[in-house]
Amino acid sequence: MNYYSENRELRHFLKHPLLKRIVEMKEAGYAQSGEYDYAPVDFDEAMYGYGQVLYLVGELCADVIAPNAVRVECEGPSVADGRVVYAPATTENFDIFGKAGLMGISLPRRFGGLNFPTAIFTMIQELVCRADAAFGNIWGLQDCAATIYNFGSDAQRERYLPMVCAGATMSMDLTEPDAGSDLQSVRLKASYSEEDGCWYLDGVKRFITNGDSDIHLVLARSEEGSVDGRGLSLFICEKSCGKVRTRRIEDKMGIHGSPTCEVVFDHAPAELCGSRKMGLIKYVMSLMNGARLGIATQSVAIAQAAYSEALGYARSRRQFGKAIIELPPVYGMVGTMKARLDAARSLLYETARNVDMSYQFAELARVRTLTPEERAESKLFSKKADALTPLIKGMGSEIANMNAYDAVQVHGGSGYMKDYLCERLYRDARITSIYEGTTQLQVVAAIRYATSGYYGELLGEYLAEPVPASLLSLHARVESMVGRYMVTLEQVQMLGSQEALDFLARRIYEMAAYCIMAALLLRDAAMDEELFASSLFRFVSLAESEIVAHAVYIENFDNKLLNQYK
Amino acid sequence: MELNIIVLVKQVPDTRNVGGQAMNADGTINRAALPAVFNPEDLNALEQALLLKDKNPGSRVVVLTMGPGRAADILREALYRGADEAILLTDRAFAGADTLATSYALSMAVRRIGCFDIVLCGRQAIDGDTAQVGPQVAQMLGVPQVTCVRNIVSLDNSFAVAERSIENGVEVVKAPLPLLVTVEGTAASCRPRNAYRMLRFHRAATPTELSADGFRYTEQLQADEALCIKEWNLQDIAGDASRCGLSGSPTKVRNVENIVFKVKESKRYTAADGDLKALVAELLDNHTIG
Repeated sequence: MNYYSENRELRHFLKHPLLKRIVEMKEAGYAQSGEYDYAPVDFDEAMYGYGQVLYLVGELCADVIAPNAVRVECEGPSVADGRVVYAPATTENFDIFGKAGLMGISLPRRFGGLNFPTAIFTMIQELVCRADAAFGNIWGLQDCAATIYNFGSDAQRERYLPMVCAGATMSMDLTEPDAGSDLQSVRLKASYSEEDGCWYLDGVKRFITNGDSDIHLVLARSEEGSVDGRGLSLFICEKSCGKVRTRRIEDKMGIHGSPTCEVVFDHAPAELCGSRKMGLIKYVMSLMNGARLGIATQSVAIAQAAYSEALGYARSRRQFGKAIIELPPVYGMVGTMKARLDAARSLLYETARNVDMSYQFAELARVRTLTPEERAESKLFSKKADALTPLIKGMGSEIANMNAYDAVQVHGGSGYMKDYLCERLYRDARITSIYEGTTQLQVVAAIRYATSGYYGELLGEYLAEPVPASLLSLHARVESMVGRYMVTLEQVQMLGSQEALDFLARRIYEMAAYCIMAALLLRDAAMDEELFASSLFRFVSLAESEIVAHAVYIENFDNKLLNQYK
Repeated sequence: MELNIIVLVKQVPDTRNVGGQAMNADGTINRAALPAVFNPEDLNALEQALLLKDKNPGSRVVVLTMGPGRAADILREALYRGADEAILLTDRAFAGADTLATSYALSMAVRRIGCFDIVLCGRQAIDGDTAQVGPQVAQMLGVPQVTCVRNIVSLDNSFAVAERSIENGVEVVKAPLPLLVTVEGTAASCRPRNAYRMLRFHRAATPTELSADGFRYTEQLQADEALCIKEWNLQDIAGDASRCGLSGSPTKVRNVENIVFKVKESKRYTAADGDLKALVAELLDNHTIG
């Protein structure tokens, strides 16, 4: 089996026209082919190479990572002498991925990376997370290296990025016992020693994924006496200093293979990354955006795994003299899972492409001054990326949970037993709507793009693209959904109450997300009707009913009703 | 110590996933219906070679195969996994070879490569399942052979120590170099293809592929010798045509029969205790177990 070659829907996302531009920019005119023997000579070779590597990953995920996932979960990581010991199967996975050269996928070649675009890294990450979401976490944290690349000094890049390409693991040490969603209250202390000419970290971090990593990115309070986010800076701290220990590992509901650590910094020497006081307001925001795309990817991967499990079971399980997939309540459920999956994936890769474009412009700006046109375009892509990331993180993770729930339901009693994979997916999915910012926080990040009218603008842009005649009626239905969304948004704004807006924001967010996912799935169906038309029909039907439900709730809302909830 | 390692590999039809179209009406294999793959135990042999190279930096792993032009696919596959050089032995004169003629051609190619410390090959191929080629090549080269190896424990200037799988156990043997070793499927699995090497070596080509229409990487091949897969014919290995191909093959296939187990040869037991006891007693009686 191969998770890549057997997934036509995923393969479709190599065909998007914007990808050509991304690759052209990422490869800067294919100038590196003389210097690095593995750099592509042109677009066709770059695409061929991505396909080959995706095929390799698809094979390794099906043959090694997925079969190992059961052992990864049962054996789990442990702590000994302040160090995390991975499950033996996790070590095997890392060994195979290391040998396969899959540790520095998006880093530039001069640091030893493959220099793949974010859109391709995202596809690879989807394959890995589908096989094992927990391994996907610790492996996927390599993406933190982008923060060192973007904000670190030359010396830091030259030291740390080759380490990552050679297999060093990373972690983002942000959360503390009293600073979860509210990172402004981080207290871990960073003090500068004039004598040693270096920073030292003291304190405790909690809930740190892969907290015994080789390279820690640590958010710490560098400005004594400060109380908010402006007193925080970002530090790089190496495990090899011997002053960072894992005190314990959390006993979690799911993703057992991914150690969630309580990490103690005992006067650990660290390097400042970037400028002082910019830790939270600039670097962590960028780091989190990357991480949110990662969790969105993990979510789509789990939604895919849940759908595949449900479909496989429903085809083989016989009741009432036939396979249960032939029963309307079952095929209705499974068909809807597929529609949600396809819609979430359309949004995921649209987001990834825009993130890519904004990175490419940032990269170009390092080399030369951008022209005014380029600056304007760069802003457009960044804004799109910023607006879409909280949508796919929030909705993608909710969809992962819905699909995991339905997968268990399709399995009936068997699904409640540990014998079937859907049970693990159900537990693994649950964290996706919590970590790297809960769905509620994604709503907070996204709502300004709804109230400013930006999502409406985007929808106008998506729906202006031509569709074949056969999809016109679905196009019209999406347009009318958008109309309903705009009217409802206005009703909320007319309430003139911030509290009411905060209260109703989730509904507005979901309405916008359903419209955008439908519009994007429509666009993908216009590119490949045979592959997506049926999912599109199902998704539009589902989205219409969700939108009406939210619209009715909001129409019947009145500011005074808030008290009924308190 | 820097070793010269040669790995003999074969492209085979994937007999592990046999569908309805796998056999022709005359009982021969329908190769078109079966994907061509790297013979599995040859991958185990390649891994042993790469492990030796890991332990002995500076060593060189050359993969050699005999087959039609498309067999270059498994040579590229070997390059993706870490081999340094690839040679395709191909000539119409080799067609129709049985194990003896194959062994002759391979041994002549090994002589052409020249000096070697160890030749590794899979124990047997999944199409013919003879396990004869390795031993015959050793015989023709006049070097000792260790067959059915699951691990090469050590290798120094003059000796190799290897674990052989034998019935009911493991035998540890020591043999002088140069040496031929056949490796079996319980040995370490081959390492995966490496992304960096795939991006580079997918351009690797034989002279025939290089001259084909539409080949895009001529410039890269000219600049990077590692991308050039050697292509040798009968003349290149100074072979005797009468010992190659059909004419060099004493094995003649007269007839192929499908063997179908007849129902009357089977006996049906139920899960009842009495039946199970009777089954165990019978198996003990005819020495199938115990």
